Amino acid sequence: MMHGETRRLLRGLGFTGLWIVGLGVFTAYPVLASLYYSFCDYSILQRPVWIGLENFRQLATDDVFWLSLRNTLFFAAFSVPLGTIVSLSLALLLNQEVRGRAFFRALFYLPSIVPAVASSMLWLWIFNGQHGVLNQALAPVFALWGGQPPAWLGDPAWAKPALVLMSLWGVGNSTIIYLAGLQDVPRELHESAELDGAGPLRRLWHVTLPMISPVIYFNVVMGMIGAMQVFTQAFIMSGGPDGNPARSTLFYALYLYSTAFYDLRMGYASAMAWVLFLFIAGLTWFANRIAAKRVHYAS
Amino acid sequence: MALFPQSFAGRRTLSAFTLALVASAGFLAEGCFRGKDAAPGGAGRVRVTYWEKWTGAEAAAMQEVVDEFNAAQDRVWVDFVSMAQIDRKLLVATAGGNPPDLAGIWQQNITSFADRGALLAMDDFMRADASASQSSGDAVDGFMARYVPVYADMCRASGGRVYALPTTPSVVALHWNKALFREAGLDPERPPRTRAELDEFARRLTKRDPATGAILQAGFLPQEPGWWLWANPLWFGGSFLDGRGEISIGRDPANMESTRWLRSYTEEYGNEALQRFASGFGTFGTPQSAFFTGKVAMILQGVWMNNYIRQFAPGLDYGVADWPAADEAALARAPFTVAEADVIVIPSGARHPEAAWAFVRYLSSANPAARSRAELRGMERLCFLQEKNSPLREWSPYFEREHPHPKISLFRRLSESPLAVYAPSIGVWQEYYREINTANEKVRLLEASPEEAFAYVQARMEPSWRRHRESVARQSRVSLSAGGPANRGDEP
Repeated sequence: MMHGETRRLLRGLGFTGLWIVGLGVFTAYPVLASLYYSFCDYSILQRPVWIGLENFRQLATDDVFWLSLRNTLFFAAFSVPLGTIVSLSLALLLNQEVRGRAFFRALFYLPSIVPAVASSMLWLWIFNGQHGVLNQALAPVFALWGGQPPAWLGDPAWAKPALVLMSLWGVGNSTIIYLAGLQDVPRELHESAELDGAGPLRRLWHVTLPMISPVIYFNVVMGMIGAMQVFTQAFIMSGGPDGNPARSTLFYALYLYSTAFYDLRMGYASAMAWVLFLFIAGLTWFANRIAAKRVHYAS
Repeated sequence: MALFPQSFAGRRTLSAFTLALVASAGFLAEGCFRGKDAAPGGAGRVRVTYWEKWTGAEAAAMQEVVDEFNAAQDRVWVDFVSMAQIDRKLLVATAGGNPPDLAGIWQQNITSFADRGALLAMDDFMRADASASQSSGDAVDGFMARYVPVYADMCRASGGRVYALPTTPSVVALHWNKALFREAGLDPERPPRTRAELDEFARRLTKRDPATGAILQAGFLPQEPGWWLWANPLWFGGSFLDGRGEISIGRDPANMESTRWLRSYTEEYGNEALQRFASGFGTFGTPQSAFFTGKVAMILQGVWMNNYIRQFAPGLDYGVADWPAADEAALARAPFTVAEADVIVIPSGARHPEAAWAFVRYLSSANPAARSRAELRGMERLCFLQEKNSPLREWSPYFEREHPHPKISLFRRLSESPLAVYAPSIGVWQEYYREINTANEKVRLLEASPEEAFAYVQARMEPSWRRHRESVARQSRVSLSAGGPANRGDEP
């Protein structure tokens, strides 16, 4: 290697060295170690003992594991599309030339900077079956049919939908990304479409959406990954890792957590983590396949 | 060769870079190798680090006892650190080989930690003390005899060794709202004494909206707060383990009886109406909690309730009584109750186990002749300040007479009952407990029959319990073949 190249390499390493060490010690090593542990009987407190595929075999027949996966898929299946529609609609509205636009943008982003724990405590009161503001608003509507609004977090049938509703609270982040995408849509495309007689809806469908399709794709994939790992809201609002009421909000990450840190079965929990990783990787690959034909990259 | 040529980086960048390196190295060193005798106070003594779960007034109480210990001798200095999520922090610190010398956990954690070799057995310390004082008899039994039996028993884990000692205990009793009793035409000084009476009083204390049928007030709800629903099978004379130590939740008919009783409340009130009513309750430890607002007239709660009532519902006219008996015949026998305790442990790998033991021993003692608050020592000072019953058999005159809880004698009597139960000392209790709670919940919400729900727990826990024992055996084989036990906890 030439003297100059060595210098350049060393200089580069000088700048990135600390980060590389950090990545290795705090990310790469734990990830690889968890792969090893997934094949072990490991309680955290003692040395891991190799037991081959035993953890994975057990997972296949563990119905609480399958229940937690079903609960998580339910959450993802509703929260991701709903979140996409809401955040995209918000972005479209916030992209309009209206007075106080900056104010509204800040307003809709605001919930995203509230810590998850604080907003969960807040939503506990919103969902309160008797005194909650949500049911105060819904009660007159349900009364039209002689019914009453659900008890939300107290009712196994409504606890998951409640958490889906609450997830809409955090759409600010993806709204900002959509906004950035919308501002990149060339004005001349809209103008020529308008000259050809396209109305606002046709322009949205044939110009805006295709032009921001990479952004939609990105947000959907990130939303999906986040939804599969849902933890904090469920942990706080159901009062622990049990997924109350009656395990209706027992999500994958909650079960993994209680297995690792309450039951001290870190090997089994590591196996669960790797299954989740493979599952998410599979979903992302699938999304990629769908996107290949439908996502339009301008350049 | 210089990493950063002068032309590029400049002297200032270089020194900033060096500073950052030094700072991060120092940060790591501080985290990994805790300084010895660094803090002021107790210079020249063995320093013992003690992690506790309490915050606020409860932590202040322990701090007072720690100060008292630090002042009472000149060999050991205890540094008291209060922190959240103590069990998981202790887990990680012990696994990392850098645990504190003392930690305050819950009784339910003892066996799962001890089975994994994370705790030092205290038997040897007790024996060493006994041989120093040349006392006769079994040293461990002799030491543990100072405690009320239920608190002594719950500190023994697999193999019968003592892995923890109680710090502050609790015991559960029936609390009732006297004002609501008066309103319902019941004698406010006469609580229900049997389960049948509890059910009947509950009915009489329940109020509904005549127009909508919505519940306005419930006499009693087993699920409010429902923290000891796991113990219901024992209240009904059932069992978690059979005589051979195998899981029995789905086999013992008395267990089914306990969930049938639970379900009867849902049937009485109506599932949907009950869900709606209960969803309006605030969480415990807030003024909106159901007993404080008078939405529920009777509740099973711990010894701390007096303290909470004073804070969140001052002036609430309430009484405390025994947990209702199974039936009239059972009234002649000892009362049932659930006992729990916060405990102190010495983790495996603690640097100063002997010095840690010196503090634990101090904490296991009191001044039985105390006649004023200033004369209270060790355990009694802690329990007095935390407003709980003392786990010691012997109470000083001052402790019992001047205790901030006016009904403390009732809690003492309950804890001494031979029918006082505690969470079983088995390594899979955390999982067993979750499964029982879920089963209770399913029955209560009419999603499963008692038989189905407990048969399911039986089917899940049998293999889990077997797996746990296999795992513990496997670990001791591995550590033996690796040249002796990995730590003292592995010894049979």
